[in-house]
Amino acid sequence: MKLVIIAGPPSAGKTALTKQIVKRFKDEINIAFLKIDVVKAFEDIELRKEFGILTQKIYSGDLCPDHAGVMVLGDAVDWAEKSSADLLIVESAGLCLRCSPYLNQGLGIIVLSSISGIHAPEKMGAMVSLADIAVITKIDLVSQAEREVLIQKIKEVHTKIILMETNALQGNSLHRLYKLIEDSPDIDKDNLVLKGNPPLGTCTICVGKKEIGWKHHFGVIQKLDGPIADYLYRGE
Amino acid sequence: MLDEITIFPGIDKAGCKENFTYITLKAGETVSIVGPTGSGKTALITDIELLAQGDTSTKRRIIINGEMPADDIRYNPALKPIVMITQNTKCFADLTTEEFLQIHARARRIQDKKVIMDTIDLANNFTGEKIKKDTKVTVLSGGQTRSLLIADAILIGAAPIILLDEIENAGIFKQEVINLIHNAGKMVFFVTHDPVIALLTKTRIIMENGAVKNILYQNEPEIKAAQNLLELDKKIGNVREELRAGKAITFDFLAVNFAS
Repeated sequence: MKLVIIAGPPSAGKTALTKQIVKRFKDEINIAFLKIDVVKAFEDIELRKEFGILTQKIYSGDLCPDHAGVMVLGDAVDWAEKSSADLLIVESAGLCLRCSPYLNQGLGIIVLSSISGIHAPEKMGAMVSLADIAVITKIDLVSQAEREVLIQKIKEVHTKIILMETNALQGNSLHRLYKLIEDSPDIDKDNLVLKGNPPLGTCTICVGKKEIGWKHHFGVIQKLDGPIADYLYRGE
Repeated sequence: MLDEITIFPGIDKAGCKENFTYITLKAGETVSIVGPTGSGKTALITDIELLAQGDTSTKRRIIINGEMPADDIRYNPALKPIVMITQNTKCFADLTTEEFLQIHARARRIQDKKVIMDTIDLANNFTGEKIKKDTKVTVLSGGQTRSLLIADAILIGAAPIILLDEIENAGIFKQEVINLIHNAGKMVFFVTHDPVIALLTKTRIIMENGAVKNILYQNEPEIKAAQNLLELDKKIGNVREELRAGKAITFDFLAVNFAS
């Protein structure tokens, strides 16, 4: 079974891209789709209705969605394999940008919209830098020059990433992506690990303390004007 | 070197195959693409810009010099022989004009630093409101943005094929742009509703329902008509500038010469 993990900020076009991939492959192979989101997601219903593929969703609720993703991905791989899927597509919620959901196997795809701002690729850290492929969407909304400026910026920050541009609603020029998916090797499910480093362990905010200000918190903390425990703080 | 491009048929909006075998266009040729809105004009130049290989909604294929373009040419802006001026009159990049052009020049592998100011100067020939190098591109007006993008396409894109989508809409000095492009020896495609632009091009592609419906070539009376219209267009342009400058129209403006 092949694995594709799609990440990117909300409204970048992850689902539109997923639909194009499903449309391309659904008649040839069995596809399973998992959506991870926090509060609400409709993608699973949409994709099942439109293409009749296997879908599931999971709400992370109070848990960090990337954390939830890590926890359920093992089950998801088992579920997809048991359902004899040839391709598992996982669409992440794409929220805090600290982590990236990509694994050491399969393809990691970051979806970025051409109108998301010129500094977005740098700000998004691991979600971009650990991806194998960057798909730039909504290219019909900006000029060719601006598209090339954005691509240049991404290339300068992430020299090895494979870049492609599309209007994901129409699925323009995605042949190259389909080829990469076709050529990606099957995963070995007993050796799946995260590509990036997870964040440091439990902090007081993570466990639910709501008070504002560093004096209420301990563990991994930083004041506005500088660290007070810099040997621990590695958020940058 | 770009000698020619060839367009192979795709499908119209109903999914029927387009009614031509192929269209070959040579270097230096000027082409207009006309037809009602929604007839597929922009889709056609987008296919050319993306060097479509059956992977766009129209399913057309575009080849260069008789060969399928390599991936590099399709995906690397530095190697792409095509620049396109879209209808966009907005930039989203949080950059100054100078930074924007610098990054684009890097993308197109241009070393010459002079090109940045040259581009801004050229853009300022197309627009009444001057662009400064430290103006953020996000606050440029529609006309300024298009002027900048056209100048950028000519000097930084500097490609042998130029695609222009409804250049007449931008409130810029259209005639200056057309003259400049006509004299550059490039293959130029104008998507247009403007009769002057349509009549000034050698080849006219007529679109309908997402497909190429017909191809016409400029004839003798059309060249004549174009010249007449050009005169008229200049007068209209003058009136436009007067009105923009807040002036009232006098009887002088009513004398319009039609050549016979």
